[in-house]
Amino acid sequence: MKRFVLLFLLAAALPVRAELRVFACEPEWAALAKELGGDKVSAYSATHALQDPHRIEARPSLIARARSAQLVACTGADLEAGWLPPVLRESGNAAVQPGRPGYFEAAQFVVRLEIPLKLDRAEGDVHAAGNPHIQLDPRNLLAVAGPLAKRLGELDAANAAHYAARQQAFAERMRAAIARWEKEAAPLRGMRVIAQHKSFSYLFHWLGLVEAGTLEPKPGIEPGSAHLAQLLTQAKAQQARLIVRTPYDSPRPGEWLAERSGIPLATLPFTVGGSERAQDLFGLFDDTLAKLKGAP
Amino acid sequence: MLALPAAAAGDEDLKALREEIAQMKKSYEQRIEALEQRLAAADTAPAKSQPAQSGAGAAHAAGGFNPEISLILQGQYRRGRDTSGRAIAGYWPGGAEGAGRGLTLDESELVVSANIDPYYRGLLNVALKDGQAEVEEAWFQTLGLGNGFTLKGGRFLSGIGYQNEQHPHAWDFADAPLMAQALFGGAYGQDGLQLKWVAPTDLFMELGAELGRGAGFPGTDRNRNSAGASALFAHVGDDVGRSHAWRAGLSWLSTRAKDREAPFADTDAAGPNEVAGLFTGRSRTLVADFVWKWAPEGNPKERNFKFQTELFRRSESGDLACASGVATSPCLGGLALGDLRSRQTGGYAQAVWQFMPQWRVGYRYDWLNAGSKRYDPASVFAALDPANAYFSGYRPQRHSIMADWSQSEFSRLRLQFARDRSMQGLSDNQVTLQYIMSLGAHGAHKF
Repeated sequence: MKRFVLLFLLAAALPVRAELRVFACEPEWAALAKELGGDKVSAYSATHALQDPHRIEARPSLIARARSAQLVACTGADLEAGWLPPVLRESGNAAVQPGRPGYFEAAQFVVRLEIPLKLDRAEGDVHAAGNPHIQLDPRNLLAVAGPLAKRLGELDAANAAHYAARQQAFAERMRAAIARWEKEAAPLRGMRVIAQHKSFSYLFHWLGLVEAGTLEPKPGIEPGSAHLAQLLTQAKAQQARLIVRTPYDSPRPGEWLAERSGIPLATLPFTVGGSERAQDLFGLFDDTLAKLKGAP
Repeated sequence: MLALPAAAAGDEDLKALREEIAQMKKSYEQRIEALEQRLAAADTAPAKSQPAQSGAGAAHAAGGFNPEISLILQGQYRRGRDTSGRAIAGYWPGGAEGAGRGLTLDESELVVSANIDPYYRGLLNVALKDGQAEVEEAWFQTLGLGNGFTLKGGRFLSGIGYQNEQHPHAWDFADAPLMAQALFGGAYGQDGLQLKWVAPTDLFMELGAELGRGAGFPGTDRNRNSAGASALFAHVGDDVGRSHAWRAGLSWLSTRAKDREAPFADTDAAGPNEVAGLFTGRSRTLVADFVWKWAPEGNPKERNFKFQTELFRRSESGDLACASGVATSPCLGGLALGDLRSRQTGGYAQAVWQFMPQWRVGYRYDWLNAGSKRYDPASVFAALDPANAYFSGYRPQRHSIMADWSQSEFSRLRLQFARDRSMQGLSDNQVTLQYIMSLGAHGAHKF
């Protein structure tokens, strides 16, 4: 019996994969690692676009994936505080513990918005390190791509030049795309938008949109009827033109407001895989802009 | 002679010379300044590669406070029959005291945890109750062992079964399953070492071994140099599609007891006395556990479902004795009652459904089998009353339903009804209204 178990374990462990194994907490970092690594990395995303990255269970499958990862690439800024710490600790993988080279936090490399002046749970589920949904400003992706490529090169020194070259190519494509998107989105500047949660702050900041209110009264607190009623008058007074939600938010509060105010509701992809067109980082912004421009 | 040309050169030349010196001085100053600037730039270069971040952000890179401190406040109103002095029928009284009736404050848990250095993490969990502070957990855990290994040392809740590792605030019902109360007095804790290994496979496989002092029920503190209890466990788990996840496990606990004491009634002709029943011998427990969770598209925020079950088998073999100080008691001064061997099984199954945000309902069924007990009735019943609950062949059962409401992740209010038939001849309809509030850096829960 014992011999059988050992043989089984060996057989299961045998298929040695040559690529650098990246465990990404969110799809955008899996996509970025793939852009930078090409066929030299295998990227596993712990969450997908239909999941709320705040509310993930530390499932056994995540522990098993973190166990064999060589790099854990996450947003940080407390976004994964509810599930990543037990996953990493239970994995028994020393290389990917916080503080080790195998642990990468993207939010460290960008200027974060909405750092609270007051830390009080009465304000809802506030993030002390600022708003963690950094991926919707493509300039942040550029800022993260450099350090991430460097980290890939440190972990896989034999292919360091490969990662550096791919990063150069990615940065060029991204800069050109940003110029195009900014031109396309120029007419949107100053447009008033209502969001479900503070999920789109970086997008609004980049394109100069104005957040005219949020469906959640406070971060992480479910929208209640009193707050929605107040938001209805606020939305009309502020002449909001669009209500936006992520694919994982409940559609009900947004639909309620859309029905009563006549303001259209749009589901933005939020991350890679969030819509048909958002299959990579470029598609993510192409689709987001198309949906924003669809507003009356 | 020398002075003459100088004088002849006159003021014009002197002025030119002064200007030249002034220019040289200025140029040197500029060069020094440039060098200083280059030096300063070199010093700040690494900082510049990270964008300037104002405010509190930088200090919070570790994700919270250091150390993370959380406090859990729990209290309840409980309505039920007075069952003090009674025990679960057929099982050795394990010292699990039920919650009191009326308005009571449950234990308040204070948890302090932090990474100690890059190699260790530490945690302290103290349960505070009137006049006592009980150390529930106090351990260190390795972070840097690698290859899937993790070593934990100190006092910790044993990894056997599924719910044993969870603290009461994480339970889905107001009380522990009946079998956990009967076998471990609620939960089994170890003072010792735990080694765990996670296999490097996409399928989650975890093996664990524990060596402990074994002072907790069903063992007793035996004041020895070697370990008093050992445990082995294995867990397997995975996802099924995007919406389902499961974990199954098998655990084994072995410990020994010496003069493990429980209240029994004797056969004194002058009227029954409460005497001490004493068990000395081996106690082994086998636990099988299974958990299935469903969340649409892996998003538990709106709706989710959890099914959880654990099956237990307890085997004990050793000697029974009784002791009393009452002059007319047959147990006076201690009396050996011969061999005692028992094998008992039971379990529970529960399902909890979050049908809309913030609201959950759940049902739990507990069942215990009387199992088999082998002893010499002639000698045992000469001293101990056969009516003692331990000798009963009754099969305890309990049905519980609950509903809870969590306005945020940090607060929970729960209402629970239970029909508790764990004591022979008594059907206890219990109503519990409970609150659980988490303050501070509340750590993430395991699966």
